[in-house]
Amino acid sequence: MAQPLVKKDDDRDDEAEYSPFLGIEKGAVLQEARVFNDPQLDPRRCSQVITKLLYLLNQGESFTKVEATEVFFAVTKLFQSRDIGLRRMVYLMIKELSPSADEVIIVTSSLMKDMNSKTDMYRANAIRVLCRITDGTLLTQIERYLKQAIVDKNPVVASAALVSGIHLLQTNPEIVKRWSNEVQEAVQSRAALVQFHALALLHQIRQNDRLAVSKLVTSLTRGTVRSPLAQCLLIRYTSQVIRESGSTQTGDRPFYDFLEGCLRHKAEMVIFEAARAITELNGVTSRELTPAITVLQLFLSSSKPVLRFAAVRTLNKVAMTHPMAVTNCNIDMESLISDQNRSIATLAITTLLKTGNESSVDRLMKQITNFMSDIADEFKIVVVEAIRSLCLKFPLKYRSLMNFLSNILREEGGFEYKKAIVDSIVILIRDIPDAKESGLLHLCEFIEDCEFTYLSTQILHFLGIEGPKTSDPSKYIRYIYNRVHLENATVRASAVSTLAKFGALVDSLKPRIFVLLRRCLFDSDDEVRDRATLYINTLGGDGSVVETDKDVKDFLFGSLDLPLVNLETSLKTYEPSEEPFDINSVPKEVKSQPLAEKKAPGKKPTGLGAPPAAPVSTVDAYEKLLSSIPEFANFGKLFKSSAPVELTEAETEYSVNAVKHIFDSNVVFQYNCTNTIPDQLLENVTVIVDSSEAEEFSEVLSKPVRSLPYDTPGQTFVAFEKPEGVPAVGKFSNMLKFIVKEVDPTTGETEDDGVEDEYQLEDLEVVAADYMLKVGVSNFRNAWESMGDDFERVDEYGLGPRESLAEAVSAVINLLGMQPCEGTEAVPNNSRSHTCLLSGVYIGNVRVLARISFGVDGPKDVAMKLAVRSEDEGVSDAIHEIVASG
Amino acid sequence: MESCPSIKNILLLDSEGKRVAVKYYSDDWPTNTAKETFEKAVFTKTQKTNARTEAEIAMFENCIIVYKFVQDLHFFVTGGEDENELILATVLQGFFDAVGLLLRGNADKKEALENLDLILLCLDEIVDGGIILETDANVIAGKVASNSLDAGAPLSEQTISQALASAREHLTRSLLK
Repeated sequence: MAQPLVKKDDDRDDEAEYSPFLGIEKGAVLQEARVFNDPQLDPRRCSQVITKLLYLLNQGESFTKVEATEVFFAVTKLFQSRDIGLRRMVYLMIKELSPSADEVIIVTSSLMKDMNSKTDMYRANAIRVLCRITDGTLLTQIERYLKQAIVDKNPVVASAALVSGIHLLQTNPEIVKRWSNEVQEAVQSRAALVQFHALALLHQIRQNDRLAVSKLVTSLTRGTVRSPLAQCLLIRYTSQVIRESGSTQTGDRPFYDFLEGCLRHKAEMVIFEAARAITELNGVTSRELTPAITVLQLFLSSSKPVLRFAAVRTLNKVAMTHPMAVTNCNIDMESLISDQNRSIATLAITTLLKTGNESSVDRLMKQITNFMSDIADEFKIVVVEAIRSLCLKFPLKYRSLMNFLSNILREEGGFEYKKAIVDSIVILIRDIPDAKESGLLHLCEFIEDCEFTYLSTQILHFLGIEGPKTSDPSKYIRYIYNRVHLENATVRASAVSTLAKFGALVDSLKPRIFVLLRRCLFDSDDEVRDRATLYINTLGGDGSVVETDKDVKDFLFGSLDLPLVNLETSLKTYEPSEEPFDINSVPKEVKSQPLAEKKAPGKKPTGLGAPPAAPVSTVDAYEKLLSSIPEFANFGKLFKSSAPVELTEAETEYSVNAVKHIFDSNVVFQYNCTNTIPDQLLENVTVIVDSSEAEEFSEVLSKPVRSLPYDTPGQTFVAFEKPEGVPAVGKFSNMLKFIVKEVDPTTGETEDDGVEDEYQLEDLEVVAADYMLKVGVSNFRNAWESMGDDFERVDEYGLGPRESLAEAVSAVINLLGMQPCEGTEAVPNNSRSHTCLLSGVYIGNVRVLARISFGVDGPKDVAMKLAVRSEDEGVSDAIHEIVASG
Repeated sequence: MESCPSIKNILLLDSEGKRVAVKYYSDDWPTNTAKETFEKAVFTKTQKTNARTEAEIAMFENCIIVYKFVQDLHFFVTGGEDENELILATVLQGFFDAVGLLLRGNADKKEALENLDLILLCLDEIVDGGIILETDANVIAGKVASNSLDAGAPLSEQTISQALASAREHLTRSLLK
């Protein structure tokens, strides 16, 4: 091995570089493997060669198919040797090579012989190897032995069979499921690990049978489980049963006593597993939490980092939902800030930020400042986010928190980290009016030296909106105009827009802004020049101080209240012509996922009863369809079309769904009918609507389908009149009426005589949500404030007992039919309160915004506070009426 | 979390982050390059920490990693982010102590490479396809070392002292060769 090439290393440090595998080379080792074929085997030599082969594989070397096959066949020869050590290496090698099916046959008999050997070590290992490489057909041959092995008195053999069973369950479930009797017996084993493996396998066999799992848990929680690992499993299965039982009525939770008992187990892993399980219970009460928190608190001061980490990580999660429960641990947490392990320190800090009270903020910030310099960006982001929420909780403390954020903003950091800080400052400026001026200045300083174009443009845009509203807008101009000199084109263009916004809002600055904008006309980039020209003209190009009219402000500040996707589609379909593109023609409705698609998998491949996909989802398609029918021409502009409502069960003779089209003073029901009987032809299909339960509606016309052949959907319409602009509601019962004609299936000819028939459909309701368009806003807070509180209506409602907070939130959203904003429709697990922001356009084109705060009151009772703002007093009241009557 | 505790990988690296022996049980790292990238990242992240007296812990790429160092050997056990940290630590301790027993308290890279067969067998006895087989270092070392005993002695009757004796015997043998 002492080749000249290696010499250089030798000189440096002879001792450290020594390795028995120095200079090892695959080709040479494969040559060496020929010793496996020697008639007189040298077990020690062979072991060494196998070790070398395994070393190569372990270092990431791979064998070609041919090489692997050669090695495999050579290795099988070694079964002749009776040396135990060599045999173990052979087992390892076979597992590593993962031979193909035809190769497996070669070793099967040798391994089966070992499975029935007297040596337990052979038996256990042969089982593991055989199960690893076997396939289904071979498995049936050895099944008998495996069943015996499961109940073998030697724990190593039993465990080997059970663990193999767990793996085989993935590939051959039907075979492994036949072993449940033996596995059940093994659960009672006195050997700790056998019990663990048996329990894991038994649960996996029965995991789809809730009742069986529940029985298993019931019997084991009463008995004794020896191994801590098995006890951990049992705790997991118990929480699963608790979760699925779902009935968390008042009173004691089933199995809670068991979990609590595990908190006194002697093994730490069991204590921790139980404590964690308790904290993760659905709707856990503070009384249930207390004992778990107490043991976790003890772990916090453990000498073992792993224990401290586990405890602080769990407490951190608890603090998100039950901050009060964790406050007892605050003193222990504070000492963890200086923990050697940075993960523990970060978790401790973020927990403290969640649980801390107002008086401790300053002290905490001091500690964090020292800490920030020596942690990685990923931890810093976590801290920044925690500080943001702390600041929103204690707005009076904004000064020290804002200072902290601006300090870390100046330090080194990657994009994600800087973005987190900037986002936090922006949110604080929005939510805490006092923080606005200092926050804006911090941002201005930051863009002076910001390497991220994205952040610069975001901040410039934000400055344009907030800056002019401050007491001294002129001080920001310098920062903004500096960008025009020093930055790339994207930032320059953004700065020009921001300047224009100052010019539009602050009359005293206008002449100076014009001077600056004119200079931009000579910029090297066309976008910058274009923007400057545009703004100079819109602001009144002569430079005189003119009254800026509403249109200009709307143009500069108005949010684009169109979904961008819709705008994109409309622009794509626009063909250049004399007629200019009309932005008002873009539909405002946010497209929801087509309902029909969800049901598709359950249906036959022919798509029976499924309405044609295209017209269902798109509003424009409905509009086109309706405008093609002359009878509806004078109804005016379509306000909204509902999603299709199924009026028949799936798989019935006739499949009908209905779409409600709302006009200003009319409502049109569109019935999509499909005939699913091959030997029938339907003619003159109409829907007879009984509107006796909808007093404000009167039927004006009904448009039948002339002919409805098999599997070709057709539409029939019924139109109603209703008082103009009034959101009338009501219930309609429907009857499908038609003439049936038999069709000869062989010739396809239709008989002349038909029979009149009727078919009862389900009721259709027009509800308040039908008068509401889902129109989102990008920045709810801005929209809310610009709406003003002139027509604000606030009231509180009790929703009674509900399944969960999330369920209550989605029920209210559906009732109102409004668009949830900023992702507020998602309710975090286990939370006790939630605020949901909704936006929409009510009939008559009235914008409506709603802010709803939900809270869980008592065990399941949900209460909510609904604040509605709109442009019309009547509409705000109407929204409240919807909720009150819903 | 109703599944069986599972191990994603066990790594034994040297003081430069190079592999001594590694074993992956999960598909999260399909290629050797992915594995090496992961090892390098884990090594860099933990390198400066002091994990010599007590096992340390870190979170990384949605995994929990517990680790412990001795001499120029770095031991790592990786599990999913929802795994019970203490179970992972128990596996690590089992592996760490078993290697210590098998190398007769002389655990360093040179010794580990010279007895790589023992290390590989040790890994094989601790975890099978991600499922924990055994965590008691004495039992693990006993099973690995029993190779050199006579075929007649059934494993279950072997005592710890026997296991140690056989480990010692194995060592002398490898020193003599």
